[in-house]
Amino acid sequence: MMNHITIFPVILPLVAGILLLLLPGRLLALKRSVGLISVLLQLITAGLLLSTVSSGEIRVYALGNWSPPFGIVLVADQLAAWMLAITALVAICALFYTARGTDSNGAHFHTLFQLQLFGLNGAFLTGDLFNLFVFFEILLLASYSLLLHGGGRLKTKAGLHFVIINLVGSTLFLFAVGTLYGLLGTLNMADLAVKVAAAPANDAVLIHIAGLLLFAVFALKAALVPLYLWLPAAYAHTTAPVAALFAIMTKVGAYSILRVYTLIFGAQAGAAANLIETWLLPMALLTLIVGVLGVLASTRLRQQVAYLVIVSIGTLLTAIGMNSAAGITAALYYLPHSTFAAAAFFLLSDSIAQRRDVMDDQFEPGPIIQQQRLLGILFFITAILIAGLPPLSGFIGKFLILNAALPHAAFFWITGVILITSLFTLIALARGGSMLFYRPQAPHSCNIAPDAEPRSAFALTVELTPVACLLLCCIGLVVFAGTVTGYTATTANQLLQPEVYIESVLRMEVIQP
Amino acid sequence: MELLISLIIGVLTASGVYLSLRGRTFPVVLGLTFLSYAVNLFLLVMGRLTIGNPPIITDDPTQYADPLPQALVLTAIVISFGMTAFVIVLALKAFSEMGNDQVDGKHKP
Repeated sequence: MMNHITIFPVILPLVAGILLLLLPGRLLALKRSVGLISVLLQLITAGLLLSTVSSGEIRVYALGNWSPPFGIVLVADQLAAWMLAITALVAICALFYTARGTDSNGAHFHTLFQLQLFGLNGAFLTGDLFNLFVFFEILLLASYSLLLHGGGRLKTKAGLHFVIINLVGSTLFLFAVGTLYGLLGTLNMADLAVKVAAAPANDAVLIHIAGLLLFAVFALKAALVPLYLWLPAAYAHTTAPVAALFAIMTKVGAYSILRVYTLIFGAQAGAAANLIETWLLPMALLTLIVGVLGVLASTRLRQQVAYLVIVSIGTLLTAIGMNSAAGITAALYYLPHSTFAAAAFFLLSDSIAQRRDVMDDQFEPGPIIQQQRLLGILFFITAILIAGLPPLSGFIGKFLILNAALPHAAFFWITGVILITSLFTLIALARGGSMLFYRPQAPHSCNIAPDAEPRSAFALTVELTPVACLLLCCIGLVVFAGTVTGYTATTANQLLQPEVYIESVLRMEVIQP
Repeated sequence: MELLISLIIGVLTASGVYLSLRGRTFPVVLGLTFLSYAVNLFLLVMGRLTIGNPPIITDDPTQYADPLPQALVLTAIVISFGMTAFVIVLALKAFSEMGNDQVDGKHKP
């Protein structure tokens, strides 16, 4: 049983997704429970995996018992288990929020949700480059349908752009994979790492091209400048739980960058060593600047949160781009914080927008909203988290990143850009918050009917529990900051010593029947 | 032979890129299809162009057709086929909802 635990995060959502497809649409309560049970089981599995790999052990699972590098392997190391746990936590909160009715305005929401998790978990676990492509496609196909869930003109328009740009990205991925296979004759990531390091000098240029093509694909998924233009419209127009789940989807790009460019194109990769070092840091800083300009220029709350996702990706990749153990440690601390905070903000902005009736989430004076104290407090906490003010996890994350930047050559650039963008984020959030909560009288308020129906205590609990849970996760990151940074520090060391990973995968003993 | 295949891939990719940069959804869908044709062909020839070799390793291990690119291409074809079907339906939906077939939804006279 424990031998097979590595594959559970992939199998569980797939089985649940198929099961949900078979259930008739009118049994919505049953569908919700099946979905929630599946996600809960995924959380438990992720927790078990996290505790087994935290000793530094790398679990390798050979699918179909084909010995690596010939078969496809699933590899659970510290980074993969970390990502799985974050995904499961965000998914539970997002799924809980859908019980407010998001899932009833279109068919098969729960199936698609599980398939999206199938793709996400698979992408984190796989140890094969082509398999990574396949899981990318699975998560993208589910995300296309989730994005369009509920329908509407703006969703369709944003969805069309999202689908087309990602199809082009998939094509580039295949070109890169094909080039690597044609040159090196393998697609297993551990084996690729060995082969890239030993590649003859006259193949170096082609390997560089393939590596940089892959970087373009991952940068597109992560929404790095200049490939970020699909994100704001897509995230701002989709339904709140889907947007919350998508907060983890951009992190898949960051995960892939971290995985591929430490393992295959890391420091030991011969001619292709540290392939993207010169590219990643400047582009990440540029992403931060562009993202914060978007935050300042946003006219709607959800659009602003979408730009905040870009800012968080910029910060995250700045930390990864420093290419040091301290930088990666900080990035892996900042990653769950930014995911939880962005997901909470998407859910919260939906609650605010619904109470403002026709004003929706525009930054204009509107009616006094119901439960404005409660929502105001939640907004305040989320804003502090995202802007990175003490004492919450955003501050610790940014502090770790700045601390890691101290010995770096581009120290002034990194600290300057991060501190200035944080200031602008703070200004934008303060302006937005005061517009929504302190200036509620509209000049023509007689035309606007405030959300009249009072909400029952139960409805309010369903609505705000997910937000509160996500914020509690962030507070947990502060309370257990020592444990968490200890874990991320060992993860960073594991990533920067890919020999252990390569050894575990290639020396794996296949069980003879 | 190599030259011919690379020319075909090049022409397909170039037309794919050109068409996918057009302003209307139908040429964009065609462009994406061309791009996926190009990449499928590219993946296939990554197993090198050989004629008359058995598909699996025989007693003479230096001469065989690499089976892996064929498996990769099969997967890639299935995925790109599904994606093309999806994007066509989406383009039709966009056409009916926005009233024109411009990618950015704005009608240009």
